Amino acid sequence: MKKPFFRIIPRLDIKNGHLIKGINLEGLRVLGDPINFANLYYKQGADEICYIDNVATLYGTNNLSKFITRTAKNIFVPLTVGGGIRSILDIEKMLNSGADKISINSAAVDNSNLIYEASRLFGSSTISVNLEYIDFKGKSFITKSNGRDHVSINPVDWAKKVESLGAGEINITSVNYEGLQKGYDIKNINKISKNINIPILAHGGCGDPKDVLELAQNTNVSGAVIASFFHYNSISRFKKFVSKVGNTDFLDNLSGIKKNFNLIKKIKSTLKLKGFNVR
Amino acid sequence: MSDNNNNKISVGIINLEFHNLFSIYHAVKSLGYKVTVYNLQQSKYNSDILILPGVGSFNFAMKKIRSNNIDIKIKEFLEKKKLLFGICLGMQLLFEESDEFVVTKGMGLIKGNVENFSKKKFKVPHIGWEKIKKTRNTNLLNNNDYYYFVHSFFCRPKNKKTILSLTNYQGFNYCSSIHIDNIFATQFHPEKSGKSGLKILSNMKKLI
Repeated sequence: MKKPFFRIIPRLDIKNGHLIKGINLEGLRVLGDPINFANLYYKQGADEICYIDNVATLYGTNNLSKFITRTAKNIFVPLTVGGGIRSILDIEKMLNSGADKISINSAAVDNSNLIYEASRLFGSSTISVNLEYIDFKGKSFITKSNGRDHVSINPVDWAKKVESLGAGEINITSVNYEGLQKGYDIKNINKISKNINIPILAHGGCGDPKDVLELAQNTNVSGAVIASFFHYNSISRFKKFVSKVGNTDFLDNLSGIKKNFNLIKKIKSTLKLKGFNVR
Repeated sequence: MSDNNNNKISVGIINLEFHNLFSIYHAVKSLGYKVTVYNLQQSKYNSDILILPGVGSFNFAMKKIRSNNIDIKIKEFLEKKKLLFGICLGMQLLFEESDEFVVTKGMGLIKGNVENFSKKKFKVPHIGWEKIKKTRNTNLLNNNDYYYFVHSFFCRPKNKKTILSLTNYQGFNYCSSIHIDNIFATQFHPEKSGKSGLKILSNMKKLI
């Protein structure tokens, strides 16, 4: 049998309307206007685009919708939106703004019934769970509020639970590996995905097309979610981004970086050579 | 991508609520068509092309359709020999019945039924980009293009000749598009299939 389709999904973390990126979900830096990056990735062949509002849960705000609308108008691949989604009404608002899939983390941890209700109402394939986990003192925990709060639930148990409640997909993020660009947490990804039948996407650690190949060859996940690796490669394409808020030191001292390849294409050709089904 | 003649063609999109009309609306609009959204209360469908999109539950959607006489309005529209285009759940709803949770009657515009992949022990939902294989000559679709699928159910038309393309999932070939008289429908989402999907939305006018 041919190998199943493997998706390549750029993830854009948003704060106050700016694209940001950290390491281990901390130390956030401003990188630019998310819409520029999203348009570029669409043209480069992204299979989906993922928008996560990093501080939405912390502040209880939800101002992603206008950015989604501006992005979604020109992007004809699926758009997943997450961050601060707490209710059926929030989900409806995001879908009406142009989201195709909704990613839920903290609210599901606080009230797992939201997954059940939302998947019945909007269909399982619209409801994705964003599972963040951290290895801490020899134990695995899930976290919420973008890695800020540890919750004493094992990631495998949590994945099984959200699957049984009706989630259509799980996006797993390793807080320990996130932002380091040193490869994926294959061992833990396998622990989770071997117990689950719905599609799993893996996030955290990509720094080279070989990392994605290693992920595809050694796990049964359906796709790779990638942030830093794409953003730092693309950043010098865009006009200097001026922001009055956030940590812009990185952007202000950017002059030396010039890369600019189509990394999405590069990853896909690496996978294709090994017989994976990519577009 | 916009075609200058498209502004003479009107496309109506049926809004069943609880799903995302945004992408289909903007995809059709980006091609230059005149686009109207038909809310539940709309009394008549007058457009040249009528799109029935849909994400979500078959049972829930059929309740909306019945209670708002949408099935009757669609039949009236089809009598005018205009084109109906069903997408994803909008394709499945055209069939006679589906076994989602409980067996639910569909609109019955196409003979056949809708089944769940999980009966076959496949990973559901099936999410991803797939190629299609045309089963007859058509310039609507392209064998080498990838299209975006997200679904747990698939259609089984009784008349195999109405099948336009097959798609392979875990070794199993199922109907991924259909064309019968003035009904065209795809299991995949052309509005989320990048350029290859926009090509279909541009090609659909050849059927009117």
